[in-house]
Amino acid sequence: MNTVGERRWVNAVFGLLAWLVGLVFFFPVLWMVLNSFKGEQDANTSPKLFFHPTMDRYRDVTKTTRGLLSFREAFANSAFVVIVSTVIVLVLAIPAAYALAIRPIPKWRDVLFFFISTKFLPVVASILPLWILAKDLHLLNTRTVLVILYTGMNLPLAVWMLRSFFQEIPHELIEAAEIDGAGLRGQLTSIILPMAAPGIAATALLCVIFAWNEFFFAVQLNPAKGSTVPIWVTTNISTRGNFLAKLSAASVLASLPVVLAGWIAQKRMIRGLAMGAIK
Amino acid sequence: MTSVRFEKATRRYAGTPKAAVDDLDLDIGDGELLVLVGPSGSGKSTALRMLAGLEPLDGGAIYIGDRDVSAVRPRDRDIAMVFQNYALYPQLTVAENMGFALKQQGVPRDERITRVREAARVLDLEPYLARKPKHLSGGQRQRVAMGRAIVRRPAVYLMDEPLSNLDAKLRVQTRTEVVELQARLGVTTVYVTHDQVEAMTMGHRVAVLKDGVLQQCDAPGTLYHQPSNLFVAGFIGSPAMNLVDVGDDRPTRIGDTTVVFDAAGAAALEGAAAGDVIVGFRPEALRVGDGPLRARIRTVEDLGSEVFVHLALEHRGANLPLVSKMAAPFAGRAGDDVGLQIAGTTHVFTADGSRIVTATSSLAPR
Repeated sequence: MNTVGERRWVNAVFGLLAWLVGLVFFFPVLWMVLNSFKGEQDANTSPKLFFHPTMDRYRDVTKTTRGLLSFREAFANSAFVVIVSTVIVLVLAIPAAYALAIRPIPKWRDVLFFFISTKFLPVVASILPLWILAKDLHLLNTRTVLVILYTGMNLPLAVWMLRSFFQEIPHELIEAAEIDGAGLRGQLTSIILPMAAPGIAATALLCVIFAWNEFFFAVQLNPAKGSTVPIWVTTNISTRGNFLAKLSAASVLASLPVVLAGWIAQKRMIRGLAMGAIK
Repeated sequence: MTSVRFEKATRRYAGTPKAAVDDLDLDIGDGELLVLVGPSGSGKSTALRMLAGLEPLDGGAIYIGDRDVSAVRPRDRDIAMVFQNYALYPQLTVAENMGFALKQQGVPRDERITRVREAARVLDLEPYLARKPKHLSGGQRQRVAMGRAIVRRPAVYLMDEPLSNLDAKLRVQTRTEVVELQARLGVTTVYVTHDQVEAMTMGHRVAVLKDGVLQQCDAPGTLYHQPSNLFVAGFIGSPAMNLVDVGDDRPTRIGDTTVVFDAAGAAALEGAAAGDVIVGFRPEALRVGDGPLRARIRTVEDLGSEVFVHLALEHRGANLPLVSKMAAPFAGRAGDDVGLQIAGTTHVFTADGSRIVTATSSLAPR
């Protein structure tokens, strides 16, 4: 039997299957992008592949109307919340990961489990106490509450990820730095952080994506002020008239930053994971 | 003047019954190259790491010069270490790697550059100063690791199997270079290896460790000719010493011959307590040809300059393998029946491994 030929045939089938699955996953996104360039009429009638593309829907959704949440405002809120929470996450997670990976503290396993256990609870179960807390602390409809929540939400993940990246650094390098006279700060700035940089970047980008996409907390705690981009997207749903094309345009705008971030994260992630190959 | 002293230094790992390094007493002279050698798990690397400050002491003390460094941080011990996998900082260039310690010490930039260049010249690394470690060959990386150590001008060099990642030919060449460099710099050096050839060829003295316990620390020649116990006798030398369990018969017999000792040897054996003894003799002391002890050749390994003859003989009802080192050319072939004679030093050990006597002996028909 011709095994080489057989293998080629099998590969071709798998390749075709992969493309098919890929297309199935990608189709809704493609549909959204196409719709965003159509008129409402075209978007709501039977599917057409050829149409007159227009940027009008983008103009519609980015138009600022007094009293309504504007794209500009939502984007600014999102950017603030995402950047500030990610910075805090990294500032807290890097020392924690160092303590867990490079100089394991006693009971480090329990600590790691505790971190991840905070993700076990369904988000819905915690929303009422969170809402009451936020209300009593006068944090409802502020960006601060989202910064706090997103920090708490991403911190366990960041500690876990950074810990595994830090573990990839050969221990001899840290010992060598220690003998060479580097203190903790020298070890961190000269050896550990530069070597773990791809991993730190990957972690940061993942935190950015998760915080950017978060909808549930934002819609419950910040419906009036301090609303983020996901909430702005939903404001384009109207009870009267067609809104599919408009909603598509809004969704495209909301997705763009994370798609970009995801694309970069993917490249970084691979570098980060290949970090072990040092010798 | 920097000497190093281990004083009852002990390291115990949690959850293990035996100490990894047990009551180690060792004096290393100023400018000496001392090799710690032993099989894996013998505690040689642990001892080195204790000296480096990377492992804490559970007992005893370590002195560098007159200073008790037992509780001193690695960076304050004035040592430099070469690691087995070199531990070069991958994101730094060769020059930055070599100058890293100086930078940490706050040495001015100009002096740093001068010292790095100087070390690079000594090690033939000048063309590679701007390269990253991943663009270097194994031998070059090894030299960078050495360079990183010598740039610092420390009181003591610590080397943890620095040649074991090189191929055989490069290893032999680098071995000589390290010895020359150490002699030139005159800095006290502690060198760890599992390779007894490396130990014997490099060390001014060699400390043999087994199970965390120092077995013997002597000049290579002394270790070879006067091993203090059975372990050292078997560990040092390649091919290994022939060790024959002769039981408690007196006079001692191998096969159907008697081992005849010189007067001193016979007296020592006479004076020793009765019990099983083990007779050891080096391959070069076993002559193949005319002799009273009959054996059969199993294989012949011709190395060109010398020949290892592996033999089998009947001894106390079992098949006993022996090896002889003969000058080339050697006429015998596998399967040949030959006669054996001992011409040289023989060591006698008690069953628990301590040496009774080293004496001249020969074999006589029963």
